[in-house]
Amino acid sequence: MDFTLKVWRQKSAKDKGKFETYIVKNISPDTSFLEMMDILNDQLIREGCDPVMVEKGCKSNGPVAFDHDCREGICGMCSLYINGRAHGPDDDITTCQLHMRHFKDGDTITIEPWRSAGMPVIKDLVVDRGALDKILQAGGYVSVNTGGVPDANSIPIPRDFAEESMDAAACVGCGACIATCKNGSAMLFVAARVSSLALLPQGKIEGARRAKAMVAKMDELGFGACTNTRACELECPKSISVAHIARLNREFLLAKLKD
Amino acid sequence: MSEKLISKIPEGPLSEKWTKHKSQIRVVSPANKRKLEVIVVGTGLGGASAAASLGELGYNVKVFCISDSPRRAHSIAAQGGINAAKNYPNDNDSVYRLFYDTIKGGDYRSREGNVYRLAEVSNSIIDQCVAQGVPFAREYGGLLDNRSFGGAQVSRTFYARGQTGQQLLLGAYAALNRQIEKGSVKSFVRHEMLDVVLINGEAKGIIARNLVTGEIERHGAHAVVIATGGYGNVFFLSTNAMNSNGSAAFQCYRKGAFFSNPCFAQIHPTCIPVHGEQQSKLTLMSESLRNDGRIWVPKKKEDVEKIRAKKLKASQIAEEDRDYYLERRYPAFGNLVPRDVASRAAKERCDAGFGVNDTGLAVFLDFKSAIDRLGKHVIEERYGNLFQMYEKITDVNPYNEPMMIYPAIHYTMGGLWVDYNLMTTVPGLYAIGEANFSDHGGNRLGASALMQGLADGYFILPYTIGDFLANKIQVPKTDINNPAFAEAEKAIKERVAKLFEIKGKQPVDYFHKELGHIMWNFVGMARNEEGLKKAVKEIKVLREEFYKNLFVPGENSEFNQELEKALRVSDFLEMGELMALDALMRRESCGGHFREEMQTEDGETLRDDENYMYVSTWEYMGEDKEPVKHKEPLKYEFVKTATRNYKD
Repeated sequence: MDFTLKVWRQKSAKDKGKFETYIVKNISPDTSFLEMMDILNDQLIREGCDPVMVEKGCKSNGPVAFDHDCREGICGMCSLYINGRAHGPDDDITTCQLHMRHFKDGDTITIEPWRSAGMPVIKDLVVDRGALDKILQAGGYVSVNTGGVPDANSIPIPRDFAEESMDAAACVGCGACIATCKNGSAMLFVAARVSSLALLPQGKIEGARRAKAMVAKMDELGFGACTNTRACELECPKSISVAHIARLNREFLLAKLKD
Repeated sequence: MSEKLISKIPEGPLSEKWTKHKSQIRVVSPANKRKLEVIVVGTGLGGASAAASLGELGYNVKVFCISDSPRRAHSIAAQGGINAAKNYPNDNDSVYRLFYDTIKGGDYRSREGNVYRLAEVSNSIIDQCVAQGVPFAREYGGLLDNRSFGGAQVSRTFYARGQTGQQLLLGAYAALNRQIEKGSVKSFVRHEMLDVVLINGEAKGIIARNLVTGEIERHGAHAVVIATGGYGNVFFLSTNAMNSNGSAAFQCYRKGAFFSNPCFAQIHPTCIPVHGEQQSKLTLMSESLRNDGRIWVPKKKEDVEKIRAKKLKASQIAEEDRDYYLERRYPAFGNLVPRDVASRAAKERCDAGFGVNDTGLAVFLDFKSAIDRLGKHVIEERYGNLFQMYEKITDVNPYNEPMMIYPAIHYTMGGLWVDYNLMTTVPGLYAIGEANFSDHGGNRLGASALMQGLADGYFILPYTIGDFLANKIQVPKTDINNPAFAEAEKAIKERVAKLFEIKGKQPVDYFHKELGHIMWNFVGMARNEEGLKKAVKEIKVLREEFYKNLFVPGENSEFNQELEKALRVSDFLEMGELMALDALMRRESCGGHFREEMQTEDGETLRDDENYMYVSTWEYMGEDKEPVKHKEPLKYEFVKTATRNYKD
C-alpha cells in the first residue's frame, strides 16, 4: 500500500510548526501505524545522509519525533492525532494498536500532535504531559506508607465495586481525552483516578480531600472545564465511561458542602 | 572466586536468615536520613517502589526515568499476575513451596537464601498493594481471587484482569507521587543515565542526559540504585518496550560492577508470531492464557499444508488429529510447564515441520475446550482485553479460531551481580529488579518478575541500604565539581560527538536489526559451540561497521531520538558479545540456556552440576579486551538438586 502523509513538523516548543508532505510506498496492511512511521523515518534519515539527494534539493528535516514505547497499548506513551481523531480511525485502541489495514491504498493521512494548552509541543509530534503527573501528585493516591498494613483479605470488597474500580483504573494516561475535548478539559483523566479510589474502602477515607486537590490542580494547570460533550469517552482507548465524571462531581460537591 | 564475590548470605536455617540479617544490619536515625541522598534510576516496579519507600523513610531521593512519566516503565506491560504464598485457595501452598518452585523453575542456578527471602516477603507485597487501592480480581464474597501459572501446581497468582503489571505500577507510582508532592523525592523525567560516577571506588552519582534539551547533567548522592530492567532488546525483536535498554547496567559493568549470567535470557512461549521484515516488536500474550488455552499443532503434515495454504481452518481439524504436545509430553503439568520448556517444545514441533502459519513458525493456542466448558462470557471476563489485543493485531477473532503463537525473547535473568544486600561489587551501587541477577537462576517462573521487583523495592532495599548509609552519616553531600564528575562528563560528551562524526550511510535501526538476527540465530532458543563462536565473530564485525557507517542525524542539543538509540545500540553491540561468550563458556543446558550438545535423549535440558553449579560473573577489563570470568559457587544446603521433572 502507498500513502501520502501530511505530518506536523515543529523544531521545538518555541518554533512555529507546519505540515510537511511525505510519500511512503510498499507498506504491508499488517504493518502497524507506528511501524509505518519507522519506515518513514528510515527514509528521511537516508535522504538526509545521502549527498546526492541533498544536492537535488532534499531539505530533510530529519526523522519525525514521536512518542512510543510498549507498542502494545498499555504504556500510554503514543499520542498521535490521525485524520482528526485521537489515536486514529479505529475504536478502543491506542495509536500503536492501529494497523494500516484500516486505511485504503493511496490514502492521504494527516498526522498531528495532541493539541491542548495543558500539553505543549516539545518537538514534532511529541508533547509535554508533565501536567498529568502533577495532577496525580496533588492527591491521586491512598496515603499509606510501605509496611504495617493489614492482611489483604481483611478488607473484603464487593466484586462489582472492584470491577468498576478496575474499569476506571484502566486509564493509561495518554491524554487522548484532553486532546479531543474542545475545552481541553482533563475531567475524564481526573475522574478515572478519583472514581477508581472512591469505589474502594481504602480510597474512601481521603475521598473528599483527593477530589478537591486534584480538581484544583487541574484548574491551576490551565485545563478547561467540562461541558459534557462526551467526546473524551468516545476517544478513550480504554473506553472509560463518563459515569466516572459523574462520580467525581458527586465526590467534589460533597466535599465542598462539608467545607 | 574473586574476593569481591562474597554473597553475605547469613548463616543459619533458611527460614531464619532474613529475620536474623535484619536484626543485625545497621539502621539510620530519622535526623540522619534527612542528610543522606539516594539516586534511583528507573521507575518500574523496582525503582518506583524503592524511591517511594526511601522517600517515606526520610531520605532525599532523586528518581530518573527516560519516559515522560514514571508510569510508562515497562513493568506496566506485565499482564498475567503476581505470585504470593498466601495459600488463600487452601491448596497447601506455603513460603517453602513458593521458594522450592522458584528454585526448581530456575533449574538450580539461583541462591537459596535470596529466593527464600523473596518467597517470604511475597505476602507483604499483596497486603501493601491492596492497601494502596490496587483493584485485584475478587470472588463474589469480596475476597481475593487466584489463578495458576506455569511451573506451579497451586493457584498462587493474584491478578487484575490482564493488566496486573499496570495496576501494580500505578500503585507504586501513586506512592511515588505522594513523596514527590511531599518533596522527599525529586523526579527527573525524560532523563537518561549515561554513566555512574565513582569517587575512591564508591558510587557517588550519575551523569544523565536531559532528553529534551540534550544537556549533560551531573547528579551526586551517597548511594545509587539501578532499577533499569533487563537487556532483552539486544535481540531487536522482543516483547520489551522499544525504549527498554540495558545501558545503565552496562555502564556500571564498565565502571567495575561485575555482570552475572548474561546468557540467561528467557524466551516466552506465547507471543504473537513475526509477520514480516517491517516488524518493530513482538507482543506477548499472557501466560495466564495457558490456564484455559490448550496448545497444539496438527498430527498430520497434510493438515499443516492445508492450513498454511488457508484451505483449512484450525477449527475444522478433528480432535483426534490434533497433537496437544505439552499434554502428551508433560502429563503432570500439561500446558502449565515452565516457559523454557514450553518454548522449546514449540520449537521442536515447528522444526519438525508442524508450524501452522506461512512462515512455519507458529503453534495454536486454543480456547475451544474452555469456552465449551465455562461459556464464552467467563473467558471474556478473564481474558477479554488480551483477546481484543490479539484481534487488533492479527485481524483474527480468537473466540472462533485458535490464536497462533510462537516464542519470543521476553526477560533476562542475568544482570548485575549483587550480594544479599542487593549491592553490586561497587560499594554504594545497588541493583534491583530485573537489573540484578539474583533470584531467577536459569529461568524465571511466570508472575515472579512483579514479585521480585516489588520485593526488592518495598521490603528489601530500604532495609539493606541503611546498613551502608549508616556509615555515611558524617559524609557531606557529594560535590559534583569533583574531578571524577568532570572526567565522566567529558567522556560522555566525547562518546556522543564520536557518534555524530561517523557520518556514514546507515540509520541505527539497521545495525540493531542485524544484531538481532545474529543473536536470535546463534544465541537464541538453541545454542551450540560453532554458532556461538560465529556470533562472537559476527558481532565484532558488525561493531566495526557501526563505527564506520552509522549516520546519526541532528545534534546533541535537541530532542534527538536517533542519538538515544545510537547510544543504546552501541552498548547492545557489546552486551551481545558478552552474552555469546557466557553461553559459549557454559557447556551445559539449564533453564532458558539450551546447548544443543547437551540434551537428554528426549530433548530435555542436560545440566552439569559437577562443573557448572555456579554463577558466572564477568569483570570488564577495558575496550576490546576479553572480560575475565569469576565464579560464585552455588551451595544447596536445603533443597536436593535434581533433574527438573514436569512429567509426573
